[in-house]
Amino acid sequence: MTTVSSAEPTRRDFLYIATGTVGAIGAAATLVPLLAQMNPDASTVAAGAPVDIDLAPIAEGQIVKVFWRSKPIFIFHRTKKEIDEAKNVDVNSLPDPESDAERTKPGHEQWLVVIGICTHLGCIPLAHQGEYGGWFCPCHGSQYDTAGRIRKGPAPRNLALPPYTFLSDTKIRIGEESAKTA
Amino acid sequence: MSGHSTYRPQSKFMQWLERRLPIGGLVHSSFVAYPTPRNLNYWWTFGGILAFMLAVQIITGIVLAMHYTPQADLAFNSVESIMRDVNYGWLLRYVHANGASMFFLAAYIHMFRGMYYGSYKEPREVLWILGVILLLLMIATGFMGYVLVWGQMSFWAATVITNLFSAIPGVGPTIVTWLWGGYAVGNPTLNRFFSLHYLLPFVIAGVVVLHIWALHVAGQNNPAGIEPKSDKDTVPFTPYATIKDTFMIVVFCIVFAWFVFYIPNYLLHPDNYIPANPAQTPPEIVPEWYYLPFYAILRSIPNKLLGVCALFASIIILAFLPWLDTSPVRSARYRPLYRQFFWLFVATAIGLGYLGSRPPEGIYVVISRILTVYYFAFFLIILPLLGIFEKTKPLPNSIAESVLGKA
Repeated sequence: MTTVSSAEPTRRDFLYIATGTVGAIGAAATLVPLLAQMNPDASTVAAGAPVDIDLAPIAEGQIVKVFWRSKPIFIFHRTKKEIDEAKNVDVNSLPDPESDAERTKPGHEQWLVVIGICTHLGCIPLAHQGEYGGWFCPCHGSQYDTAGRIRKGPAPRNLALPPYTFLSDTKIRIGEESAKTA
Repeated sequence: MSGHSTYRPQSKFMQWLERRLPIGGLVHSSFVAYPTPRNLNYWWTFGGILAFMLAVQIITGIVLAMHYTPQADLAFNSVESIMRDVNYGWLLRYVHANGASMFFLAAYIHMFRGMYYGSYKEPREVLWILGVILLLLMIATGFMGYVLVWGQMSFWAATVITNLFSAIPGVGPTIVTWLWGGYAVGNPTLNRFFSLHYLLPFVIAGVVVLHIWALHVAGQNNPAGIEPKSDKDTVPFTPYATIKDTFMIVVFCIVFAWFVFYIPNYLLHPDNYIPANPAQTPPEIVPEWYYLPFYAILRSIPNKLLGVCALFASIIILAFLPWLDTSPVRSARYRPLYRQFFWLFVATAIGLGYLGSRPPEGIYVVISRILTVYYFAFFLIILPLLGIFEKTKPLPNSIAESVLGKA
């Protein structure tokens, strides 16, 4: 390629830089749809809308599994004994310190709503198993208590909380942190 | 065309790499320092445009395949889901569908350039034949891609084209059943077309590598049709051809974008927005515009088997062009009589294309037959005779003289 060495920028320099810049902008613009198409499409996003669950059929002591955004959600109707077990624990001794109050909604402490995915490597823990009255994960032995907190085993964090809100005493909406309309 | 490499890698990394895998040197000698005839005109940019379009089709195709479902009950809806739900899905689909049309447009222009300037002549016969192979691969790929939509036109075009093979005496129907994977076009057909449609573009890419290799061995032809004799006749590929190709790619993209954003369905048949119905044939079965000339030739022969033979012959005959044209002069610039027959051929091809879109009745059939006769006569009679009888104009002494000599 012939080069012109001069102190002054030439018209050729200007053309190279201008063309290169426009080309770079064009290349970036081309990349946008190619990358964006891999994001969840409109139908997947629509299927991920909040879901309302009726709590009335869930008996005391029962754990129910529903799906929201393709994730399993455990809804636990805790007995008084299970609530007390969750409260009477030294929070600071827990691997992932969190009080029971931080994991339930005020006035609805008999309801525990957690995402049923083990925080270790993603298996679904088994309900009413393990030494702590909560869940036992068969993959690598993690154990969760009646507040869904990790007590023993390799999992680093407590079972995650989905955004949810009480529409009434017997109905929750999973997917919204507070109800816009009742 | 080849001398010692002038590649001197600047960076330490490139020096290190060059000793182990001399790809820098290869790119340099093929696309930077490569001696290019200085008189190339804009008709020579369509090779680069075709390479660009192949990349566009492969990229948009791979991305579309992330959302497409190749199953007979789900395919049509998956395409509609791409159009409505997938982020920028409408854009990707329209780019891919119109891209196929633009791909063929560029290919036909590229081929006509070759025919006009004698680029198929010695020593470029293999280059030309590789091109014919590329055309066949493109035709197959485009056909199968269209079937994947599984609309009415997809299904019935698949039925018509696969039924062509039933014309083969004896084994015909067996071959057709084998192609279908069933007793009619159906889900097995769709599945295998999807697999092959994904495969063939990469086969095309491989043959393109051979095509460019064959080109670089012989060197490019040029509008004067005479070989470069000295360094005065050539310029380095970069920046001259690189910039010219890039510029024309941009112009081409403007036309491409015009279709994609303003008239994306102009070249598509509305019947393909109707889901495939095996129980009902649409009132007319028409292929995409780029197949119309061959379709017209097929339909102009009243005999089923001979019609199929004519169809395939009309493409295969291109491969024999280097030997059918007996003229020692390459470029039509210096062949005044050939030039006229050439333009008649172009008009014939376009005319056949138009007639392919018309119903096969009345005056359309008559003219199709006349044009089909001209199509084959051009190759089999006119070209061989022209070489013997044509009085050609005197050739310039060199490329440089043809460009610089005349004011």
